[in-house]
Amino acid sequence: MIAAAFARARAEDRAALIGYLPAGFPSATGCVRALRAMVEAGVDIVEIGLPYSDPLMDGPTIQAAVDQALAAGTGTREVLATVGEVARCGVPVLVMTYWNPVERYGVERFAIELAGVGGAGVITPDLTPEEGGPWLAACSHAGLDPVLLVAPSSTDARLARITAVCRGFVYAASTMGVTGARATVSAVAPGLVARVREVSDLPVAVGLGVSSGGQAAEVASYADGVISGSAFVRVLLEAPDGDSGVQAVADLAAELAAGVRRADPRA
Amino acid sequence: MSTAPDALSAAAAVTQPDSSGHFGPYGGRFVPEALMAALDELEQAYAEARSDAAFGAELAGLHHTYTGRPSPLTDATRLSEHAGGARILLKREDLNHTGSHKINNVLGQALLTRRMGKPRVIAETGAGQHGVATATAAALLGLECCVYMGEEDTVRQALNVARMRLLGAEVVPVCTGSRTLKDAINEAMRDWVSTVDTTHYLLGTVAGPHPFPVMVRDFHAIIGQETRGQVMELTGRLPDAIAACVGGGSNAIGIFHEFIGDESVGLYGFEAAGDGVSSGRHAATLVAGSPGVLHGARSYLLQDADGQTAVTHSISAGLDYPGVGPEHAWLKDSGRAVYAGVTDAEAMEAFRLLCRTEGIIPAIESAHAVYGAMQLGRRLGPDAVIVVNLSGRGDKDVDTAARWFAVLGDLDAPADVTAGPPGEQM
Repeated sequence: MIAAAFARARAEDRAALIGYLPAGFPSATGCVRALRAMVEAGVDIVEIGLPYSDPLMDGPTIQAAVDQALAAGTGTREVLATVGEVARCGVPVLVMTYWNPVERYGVERFAIELAGVGGAGVITPDLTPEEGGPWLAACSHAGLDPVLLVAPSSTDARLARITAVCRGFVYAASTMGVTGARATVSAVAPGLVARVREVSDLPVAVGLGVSSGGQAAEVASYADGVISGSAFVRVLLEAPDGDSGVQAVADLAAELAAGVRRADPRA
Repeated sequence: MSTAPDALSAAAAVTQPDSSGHFGPYGGRFVPEALMAALDELEQAYAEARSDAAFGAELAGLHHTYTGRPSPLTDATRLSEHAGGARILLKREDLNHTGSHKINNVLGQALLTRRMGKPRVIAETGAGQHGVATATAAALLGLECCVYMGEEDTVRQALNVARMRLLGAEVVPVCTGSRTLKDAINEAMRDWVSTVDTTHYLLGTVAGPHPFPVMVRDFHAIIGQETRGQVMELTGRLPDAIAACVGGGSNAIGIFHEFIGDESVGLYGFEAAGDGVSSGRHAATLVAGSPGVLHGARSYLLQDADGQTAVTHSISAGLDYPGVGPEHAWLKDSGRAVYAGVTDAEAMEAFRLLCRTEGIIPAIESAHAVYGAMQLGRRLGPDAVIVVNLSGRGDKDVDTAARWFAVLGDLDAPADVTAGPPGEQM
């Protein structure tokens, strides 16, 4: 399903757009509304964060959203329910989760139940291939795509090892750092994408720091996918009420969707 | 007391982790990919330093002329009268420069930082002991230093914040999550992901991703090595038991490691039971936790049904941590070490007793081990020899203790220590 979404985008000569929000933020129903608005405005793939108490890879914006979601009682079951509701929109839905909640829920149980509600894959930012054996087996068994991250500091040997176990796409961290909007997208990202392409045929999506249509167009000129997360969270945090928040998410998604359509990915 | 021989040999066989840093099912590396290259670099640099005699000699020289090692072993005869007559010996890590065992590891990693050519160190700190030690070593070696400290801890341990700043370090209060040690570690990791080319994360305990648990242990193993010679000289035999407090577990591993292969030596770790394990307000990870992944390694963990890290409580900031080093998890499962909880009130009882009987004001962390040793002494009887790792001194805790015992009259007691014994006068 994820591969098909990338193939569709490629057939339109553009990069795919991937939008993120944590489950339970700004509320259980508000999250679903916002994600549906994203999809209607042109997001191709949805990434739903599983709120976690110790989000090492996240900057202050996503931390604030996750704290809010946890305080409202968003647990693993609520995340699965959210995935189920959003998957009914017909776009591929991935969960982004730190490792411990998966291990606690039960590695196989999590994979099977996520696939059961229509989930397509899982992004695990703190799981490396070295520790990922049981998880990769569970994904394979459940028919989920496991997505691991590569970083600018990854050696070529590690890129080969990581991409060999990824399915769906490869998540390229654009910069050495945590999530959050940045004035400019890192200059090292194009080189990383090129290095991944040396060792893998999987689509490469770039995340960390994409918050505007211009940045989306820039990334779309060299990557197969553009991931935006903190920017969506920020407009919801700043919105005075639920309806204007959903509208702001839709406006941002439309801007980013126009961005990925401006660039020629094969340029 | 007695340890099953097969458990012993199993533990003794795994005093070194496997090549990817696992002690049995524990340890490993659960980190963002961005940090993997730095961890590989660190592992390699540490392996080279270990086999470099010049590195060892420089570290030994600093231990001798700067830290003040070897730290003495004190025969605590008056305390022993309160411990069923068992002979209590105190390994005096509290007398080290900077006031705790933390300096052992810090000097080793600071030398390693210079060797790797990195100009900056970052650290997390709970009680402030590791932060002070790191700021000290950074000043000594001319490294830039930034210490992350939970906002709640900066209040509890304000004196150590002042020390770090006097030593030239930047202290960053961490206002996320529970605002304590675990959140300081999160923030240090976020810094490290962004600055790894120029910065070494000088982690202060035997937790975190490989190679930290084994490297930090090795730098603290000098505690146990000295203890063996000192106990033999003083008593002519090995001790029956060794007692240490366990937060992340660095001082405990430092004194345990040397004795893991000595079947007759019982190893006892004492965790912070706070208001009591049954109250839910505690930090007794090995006693009441379950296996999970936090801060880069699998170990025991205090967590809820969804795997969210629990909020912990202890009167001692240095033990107020929901995780524990992976080697302790392995020692627990193998039965080679035994872990028990000591409440705030019990630790403060031992704190007062050590002040009054030996003229030593201990860190409240270390007072947990003193209490545990007194209980062990009553169980083992008057022929027993018990070594307590007195991991730190109590200068930083004078304010907390003064409030607990109301020695200055009607100081407004903060909420987290008012649970103390009202009316009990020091």
